[in-house]
Amino acid sequence: MTVLAAYPERRRTWWQKIWDARAAYLFILPAYIPFIVFVLYPLINGLRLSFYEAGVNKAKWRFIGFDNFVRLFTRDDVFIIALKNTFLFVLIVVPVVVVISIFLAVIVFPLPRAAQSFVRMSFYMPVVSGGVVLAMVWIWIFNRDFGLLNYLLEIAGFYKLLGIPKIGWLAQTETALLSLAMVVISWSIGQPLILFLAALGNISEELYDAAKIDGASGWQIFWKITLPLLRPTTLFVLVTTTINVFQVFVVVLLMTLGGPANATQTIVYRIYENAFVFYKYGYGAAMGVVLLLIVGSIAYFQFKLLGQEVEY
Amino acid sequence: MADFTVSQAEAERLQLQKAIWSARLTRLLWWLAVLAVFVGSLLSLMPIYWMITGSFKIQHDAIAYPPELFPTHPTLQNWEKLLVGMPTLRWLLNSFIAASGVALLGVITSTLAGYAFGKKRFPGQNLLFWLLLLTMMLPKQISLIPLFIMMRDLKWFDTYFALIIPYAAYPFGIFLVKQFMQGIPNDLLDAAKIDGASEFGVFWHVVLPLTKPAVGALAIFAFMFGWNDYIWQLVVTNKQTMLTLPVGVSKLVAGWATIDIGVGMAGATLAFIPMLVIFLLFQDYFVKGITVGAVKG
Repeated sequence: MTVLAAYPERRRTWWQKIWDARAAYLFILPAYIPFIVFVLYPLINGLRLSFYEAGVNKAKWRFIGFDNFVRLFTRDDVFIIALKNTFLFVLIVVPVVVVISIFLAVIVFPLPRAAQSFVRMSFYMPVVSGGVVLAMVWIWIFNRDFGLLNYLLEIAGFYKLLGIPKIGWLAQTETALLSLAMVVISWSIGQPLILFLAALGNISEELYDAAKIDGASGWQIFWKITLPLLRPTTLFVLVTTTINVFQVFVVVLLMTLGGPANATQTIVYRIYENAFVFYKYGYGAAMGVVLLLIVGSIAYFQFKLLGQEVEY
Repeated sequence: MADFTVSQAEAERLQLQKAIWSARLTRLLWWLAVLAVFVGSLLSLMPIYWMITGSFKIQHDAIAYPPELFPTHPTLQNWEKLLVGMPTLRWLLNSFIAASGVALLGVITSTLAGYAFGKKRFPGQNLLFWLLLLTMMLPKQISLIPLFIMMRDLKWFDTYFALIIPYAAYPFGIFLVKQFMQGIPNDLLDAAKIDGASEFGVFWHVVLPLTKPAVGALAIFAFMFGWNDYIWQLVVTNKQTMLTLPVGVSKLVAGWATIDIGVGMAGATLAFIPMLVIFLLFQDYFVKGITVGAVKG
């Protein structure tokens, strides 16, 4: 009896709450309608598509269960190579970006304001110019015969020292992926640097003063105070850089087309080629799902770590 | 006894000397580190220098070895080829329209939604907000193909709609505005309500004017995103006159063998200049936008 009476009561207040908040819903509507139509719906559609054999002609789309995924991992050697390359790429780029940006921030922070903003501007400039612009320049810089890089290495004595012929950075399987990594590193430092500088600015001076009074050396201060206090920022940088670098694409498309001999194939480049060159939409979508699962689970674990370490 | 004091003084002297040397070493290392930072900065700017000077080099000089660190026969012929012989100015216009459209829509939808998420309480709030954040973090390649098919079905290929409308919702912007608006005291809002301001009036006359820095940062990031979103622009445009500037100039690279390096560099420089101007004018907004989004959630 009481239960029956309470039920419509609770229901009414629930609707009441929503009705009272109608203004809030109106405020989010202009963002949420396009969000559902152009972000959520395509996302779900992408998941669906990965179970289909789907080409240009919609009438011929056919449900095939997990066949796309089975094919990806058993019969598509290039995709497996792309998977390995992408992981390798992330393993090279992310640690380098994190270490360099912390190093830069710690060294630059005590310098005068003008020096600080010069360094910050220099490393943010590649972020501003964007991948396409940089890729175009770097193709030229990497050229074996007339590129700037080989010239600088030659006058530095690099080739004489190793006694090897000039390297065609993008044309040789051993160096192609590394060269692309270098380009991606060059535009991945700017943002973390700004974050680390801001985080350093938030550390109280008193901590340092106290440490100095206790006779701590510069190294001790760095390892025992600065680095632990930069931890939240470091984890944030780690997560966002990892997510971004997993999606490496522009450098591959513009600089190597996945070559030489598949040395620079990456997941997103496989997606692009399968969907937009071969018109295999379902197959490309399946690769997208694999990427989503990889990035999602890595981000999840990194966030778990973040949640444990940081009290928000 | 005397022996003991002497040797102790000696030990102290040695220790002091050691301390001085270790301080000197630390100092030296420190200055080396500073030097490395500035060399790094110059290296970071190097490709941009190389691109700009390259745009003034004739082909003969661009492929010369050793390379010319400064163009010895500066020429404008690359720029002439780029601007006169190709629909480059149209590409520039397209990029401006696309990026401005993305920025404008992003500012409108994000300030409205950010206000609701930051200043109001409503059922489902957390779920709706986390859904936005989640999709912001996930790679968008999974939705790329379905979105592409949607554009095809809507017949939006080679239109500004395809370049702008899919980005009407800008989760990063909503996040940014929410973070910022949370800092505005509720008393201000309540006072306006007591004075008889409508729901929208509170947003428009009270909250929005206080949010200008965040809106500035948001507009700039959305513009930069709309300018540089290469893969999407590449797949939804095909007609020569509907390409955006990055897509158009990147196609110069595809025909690398047949085209002058200088023309490619002029194209890259042209795609870079608007971003450079915006960056130099609004540097503080960039810093603000990046840090608000990350430090302290």
